[in-house]
Amino acid sequence: MKLLEVQHLYKNYGDFQLEDVSFSLPKGFIMGYIGENGAGKTTTLNLITHLCRADSGTITIDGISYEEKPKQFLESIGFIGDESYFPGEFRLNDIRSVLKMMYPSFQEEKFNTLVTDWKLPSKTKIQDYSRGMRVKLMFASVLSRDTKLLILDEATNGLDPVIRSEIIEMLQDYIMDGEHSILFSTHVLSDLEQIADYIIFIHNGKILLNETKEELLETYVMVHGALSDLTEEKEKKIIGITKAAYGFDGILSSADAEGFGSEFVLEKANIDQIMIHLIKNGGNSR
Amino acid sequence: MKILISSQSELPIYAQIREQIKEQILNGQIKEGTILPSIRKLAKEVGVSVITTTRAYNDLEKEGFIASMQGKGSIVLSKDNEIMKEKYLMRIEEGVITAIETAKHINMEEEEFHHLVSELWKELRE
Repeated sequence: MKLLEVQHLYKNYGDFQLEDVSFSLPKGFIMGYIGENGAGKTTTLNLITHLCRADSGTITIDGISYEEKPKQFLESIGFIGDESYFPGEFRLNDIRSVLKMMYPSFQEEKFNTLVTDWKLPSKTKIQDYSRGMRVKLMFASVLSRDTKLLILDEATNGLDPVIRSEIIEMLQDYIMDGEHSILFSTHVLSDLEQIADYIIFIHNGKILLNETKEELLETYVMVHGALSDLTEEKEKKIIGITKAAYGFDGILSSADAEGFGSEFVLEKANIDQIMIHLIKNGGNSR
Repeated sequence: MKILISSQSELPIYAQIREQIKEQILNGQIKEGTILPSIRKLAKEVGVSVITTTRAYNDLEKEGFIASMQGKGSIVLSKDNEIMKEKYLMRIEEGVITAIETAKHINMEEEEFHHLVSELWKELRE
């Protein structure tokens, strides 16, 4: 069962184009939307949340499009960005009232529980909250509504490891019933990589890769070696080779790994390494 | 049940989970009839993706260690089923092969080896 379905999205900003972006996210899973700064991550997310309009293409959440039922569509999304969207002068009480007014599905009790659990101060203005507190407040406001899809746009950047691991647990709770899904964008993977089921890799406005994380990690291996061991034939097989004075790095399609003997070091590649070397290779996977 | 994921391991994460559960079933730390945590619960506890734990459970099911029950999670199968017996037999063979190789290394006669085995068998039975 698909929760989010994106088909043939186009958006032209003159100096940047999003081209034919299509993907779908099944119910109960987490998808990482990754790419460099300026690759088109935020543009895609803004089109999904209808912060801006696509030139063409369709987006549905649980089968419903914005054009059909705008209110229901927007209510089913919980969005968390890297900057707080609450007015800085507000205190916790003000936010509670606004949420109550704006969202019919807002559950005040759940909000209060979350806010107490995370020790968010009620007397402090939001502008004086730490970044971690502001992110937690956004989570509390979103999780106390009846949403189906969480969209996180670089939401965990710059947070300390303790808060990040709390958030990861929160995200896993969110998808626990198999009905809710999460789409997160990031340019730094690390810990979020662990819980992602699907990885989409966007580069220059186009989707380069769309695979389960398991498949992706099995497709490539990392290779290091000495320049003197590198033949022309071998170099052709290495994707996005980086040469330094004493050696080289690159990734290999796992199928090509056999030809590389013990003079080379082969090891598991992580998503960051795969991304770096694919970009180095001009975004080509071969 | 104990599952420790190492980022240094050359094994992919789903395989680490599979091997650790398998080991604990074979050495009796996880008893037959135990109901394993659901795929989603395990994913949360270990902090990995749902697809990762799904894959580990699928492998364990294919190898005959567990069976998934609709809506109830997965149950550890009894040691008496054929597939499990085979697994145990393989373990025994591995152990015996190592012992034979060691025996050959010191030029032990086959009869002497058999004798040693039956003596030890008697000893351990008591």
